[in-house]
Amino acid sequence: MSSVEAEAPPLNVDLQSDRAKSARRLSRENRAFGVWTFLAALTVIGIFVGMFVALLVGATPALNKFGFDFLTRDAWNPVKEDFGILALTIGTLATSVIAMLIATPIGIGIAIFLTEICPRTLRTTIGTAIELLAGIPSIIYGIWGLFVFAPWFQSVVQPILINFFAPFPVLNVLFAGPPFGIGVLAASIILAIMILPFIAAITRDVFAITPPLLKEAAYGLGSTRWEVVNKIVLPYARAGVVGGAMLALGRALGETMAVTFLIGNAHKIWTSLLAPGTTISAAIANEFAEAVEPIYQSALLAAGLFLMFITFSVLALAQVMLSRVAKHRGG
Amino acid sequence: MDKGLYLRRRLSAQFNLGLASASAVFGLVWLGLILWGLVYNGMKGINIDLFTLETPPPPGDEGGGMANAMVGSLIMVSIGTVVGTPIGIFAGTYLAEFGRFTRLAVVVRTLNDILLSAPSIVVGLFVYELVVKPMGHFSAFAGAISLAVIVIPVVVRTTENMLLLIPDSQREASAALGVPTSVTVRKVLWPAARAGMLTGILLAVARIAGETAPLLFTALNNQFWSFDLNQPMASMPKMIFDMALSPYKAWQQLAWSGALVVTATVLLLSIIARLLVPGTKR
Repeated sequence: MSSVEAEAPPLNVDLQSDRAKSARRLSRENRAFGVWTFLAALTVIGIFVGMFVALLVGATPALNKFGFDFLTRDAWNPVKEDFGILALTIGTLATSVIAMLIATPIGIGIAIFLTEICPRTLRTTIGTAIELLAGIPSIIYGIWGLFVFAPWFQSVVQPILINFFAPFPVLNVLFAGPPFGIGVLAASIILAIMILPFIAAITRDVFAITPPLLKEAAYGLGSTRWEVVNKIVLPYARAGVVGGAMLALGRALGETMAVTFLIGNAHKIWTSLLAPGTTISAAIANEFAEAVEPIYQSALLAAGLFLMFITFSVLALAQVMLSRVAKHRGG
Repeated sequence: MDKGLYLRRRLSAQFNLGLASASAVFGLVWLGLILWGLVYNGMKGINIDLFTLETPPPPGDEGGGMANAMVGSLIMVSIGTVVGTPIGIFAGTYLAEFGRFTRLAVVVRTLNDILLSAPSIVVGLFVYELVVKPMGHFSAFAGAISLAVIVIPVVVRTTENMLLLIPDSQREASAALGVPTSVTVRKVLWPAARAGMLTGILLAVARIAGETAPLLFTALNNQFWSFDLNQPMASMPKMIFDMALSPYKAWQQLAWSGALVVTATVLLLSIIARLLVPGTKR
């Protein structure tokens, strides 16, 4: 063996050897592989920026024609080619806010139940069931809402609401008849049911990172289970719960199919929650494929751009809140 | 001893925890009602025709099935996955390995997490402007691209998460043998993270199998068999949407049965995805 080493060829010859060649090949491949992953990472940025640019280009004719009034005017007349998205924006914000008001407390309740009350054997089963339900496509919630929920809501719940709130000054406007079944409130409730598993799953994950030591210390001081939840777990998880709720809000704002089935698609500003309305996403879903006039299509694209702006802002805020939780955990 | 205080605390604990339990029951009842309604209404139309016949023409009373929509969904979901997965895996690998601490990775990570929850209808508008408008007509190709755009962020996130679970000692051991990073990734890290990455891909497939909004004005719909990527193509979600909103009872029945098939598929995919990673969530 040593004789082989002694007879090793000079360096300039060695550069041509198989070993050196394969080392150079590996080095080239390594660099190429790194460049491919880099380009794939750039693709993600490309999609993000591309979305903004594509929608902005598409929206330009409408934005030029209507200016800033596009956001603040209530007009939707494809025949006269006059557009303003105030009614759509109100619909989007109202359905999402009502859905969040319903789903957030219930979702937190489910998370408390799962982490503190539920017997250990059921915990994984119910937890997994909720995660699976979070993955059911929104069109399923839509079709159920339209054929099962809306008829029941119309014949049973809405008459009760209308009669109950009739004597109260402001509320009787919010709950004025007639009962249509579909409408703003029905869409909000289906939206709430849809984001409920999502909120519950995130909140449970955030609750789970509360250090057991803190909880045990509180129990050791004689706290009741509720006091531990209320004074230890909830304050510790606050940023995460708020972040998770914002994430859910971001989804609710952009949710399309479930709302499209139930909102009623009426382009007008409503005063009663039982009246039909529309949202930005529902209007796009219903009208875009049939919008042949360029300015009509551009108006819908501008509405989509505005929706994208709102949801992305909410989602970015949610990321900030959630990253604070991650840092907490890491530190 | 202040007995009143103890009583108040105990009652408040019982009341509030009871409220939490009640809300859990309340939420689960609604979700159960939806699943039950879906099975009850959907089962009535589950038969051989549903899986073998194409959709019936408008009066819509002659039975028929959704086979063309199933095949259409299969084609577009497959293409969307095949296009989106490699990009997602490579980008995720960049975030976890090549550029873990770079500023670019921070930007990509943030934007990716936003895209993960981006409204799918906006994705539809994006692909309309990008593909449908330049081509001049709706096409299955555009539908597949919009699904790929949804696949990418899901795969990026799971790939990065799974790679970061691997201890750095494995990377160091590989480097100590003189192995270049690219080979370490291919021969050490990807095999180690394979199950988790597969889970991510399956979850992405489950997600796009039920996506409707991005297909509304990209792939549009088609009453007949079509294998031409350059033409509009039927898909399950879009077909369910159109038929549910039609006035014909037979079509609405098809929509229910289709919804049951889609839900069963999505749930099955998610369950398989979970079983692949024993002991971990997500």
